[in-house]
Amino acid sequence: MKAVGSQRLLHAAILAVAVCAAGGAAGAERGLQAKLEYCKTCHGLSGQGYLGYFPMPRLAGQQTIYVENQLRAFIEHRRTNPIMTNVAHVLSPSMVAALATHFKNLDARPFGGAPRDLAARGKPIYDEGIPEANVPACSACHGPDAKGHDEIPRLAGQLYSYTIKALRNWSRERGQGGTREDTSAIMAPTAHNLTPAQIAEVAAYVSTLN
Amino acid sequence: MNLAKIGIALLALVYCVAVPALGGNVRNCTWCHGTSAQGYGPAPRLAGQRPGYTEKELRSFHDHTRDNPQSRQYMWGATEALNAHRARTLAIYFSTLPPRAAKDGYRDLVAQGRAIYELGIPEANIVSCLACHGPNGEGVRAIPRLAGLSYGYLKSRLEQWNEGYHLAAVPMPTVARSLSPDEIAALASYLSFVR
Repeated sequence: MKAVGSQRLLHAAILAVAVCAAGGAAGAERGLQAKLEYCKTCHGLSGQGYLGYFPMPRLAGQQTIYVENQLRAFIEHRRTNPIMTNVAHVLSPSMVAALATHFKNLDARPFGGAPRDLAARGKPIYDEGIPEANVPACSACHGPDAKGHDEIPRLAGQLYSYTIKALRNWSRERGQGGTREDTSAIMAPTAHNLTPAQIAEVAAYVSTLN
Repeated sequence: MNLAKIGIALLALVYCVAVPALGGNVRNCTWCHGTSAQGYGPAPRLAGQRPGYTEKELRSFHDHTRDNPQSRQYMWGATEALNAHRARTLAIYFSTLPPRAAKDGYRDLVAQGRAIYELGIPEANIVSCLACHGPNGEGVRAIPRLAGLSYGYLKSRLEQWNEGYHLAAVPMPTVARSLSPDEIAALASYLSFVR
């Protein structure tokens, strides 16, 4: 009698744990879906980016390590953006990992909208750099297809106006706050050495890449 | 003779040609939207609105994709005979009129509304309005100017997405779905005071 009772108790306990775990997983899945919808309100339904008052960057196909680095940079104020600092603050590490993986696996078409003649002039800058102006080939780090790797971001299909804004404001928006290590420092001289016209050309070129 | 002078001369010429041609159309609009297009009751202010937005909305009334009750009642008929060229000319005309702020929201909700407008509420998955509508609600291209629209108009627009109207206006139906009635009142109050 006593043995049967304790066995029942054990079964009940196992069942309770199983239900809790399943409920927790379902809750986490709902939380992820709601957060994805929130991200995509601004970054586009397929993660292709969106042009609001400010350009919202493409996240589709972006490197997960880069996305995680940037979300941390917003929180640590190494990258200045009041909206994204607030957004990043409430994300748990497991949520960040799930979001980054989701966006890495999206394959949206480029947002488009860059002047075509500029794109043609941007290709040699991307492929070979401008040695006389101390601008290295973008392809050397970002890859010949501009897909990036690890902490080096994908540029292929990125919004034309976003890339322009990023390069023109590089040292004002990134690598802030002094002491903490920030990989954005490596881009600072290159962003500085490009003229506004060259920035527009190379931004137009990468915006057309699939 | 510099470029600016040529520009002014051209503008004057366009104005002389366009406004008499617009006459009848503009009078039709002003019955509800007011003679200086500052809006009246449920009819929103058109003065100073982004021409890209006004043109798009005129098309969406014409195509019946903007299907809120007031739109059906008034704007479907008003735009029935409006061709694309006239819609563009009207939109440009209204964008040149100086807008005045309605300032008819609740002053005690302004601080809350401003916080939601600027930063959203990340823990509730409510996005920042500023990212698309601009730091001062000025709008850009086909994204509307919200600054100084009337409290009642802003409130009813945000409510109607929740009620299933005008679902083609992506991403606004998703944005509005996360907003509570209190948050809608706060946003509409804040924006009514922005100039």
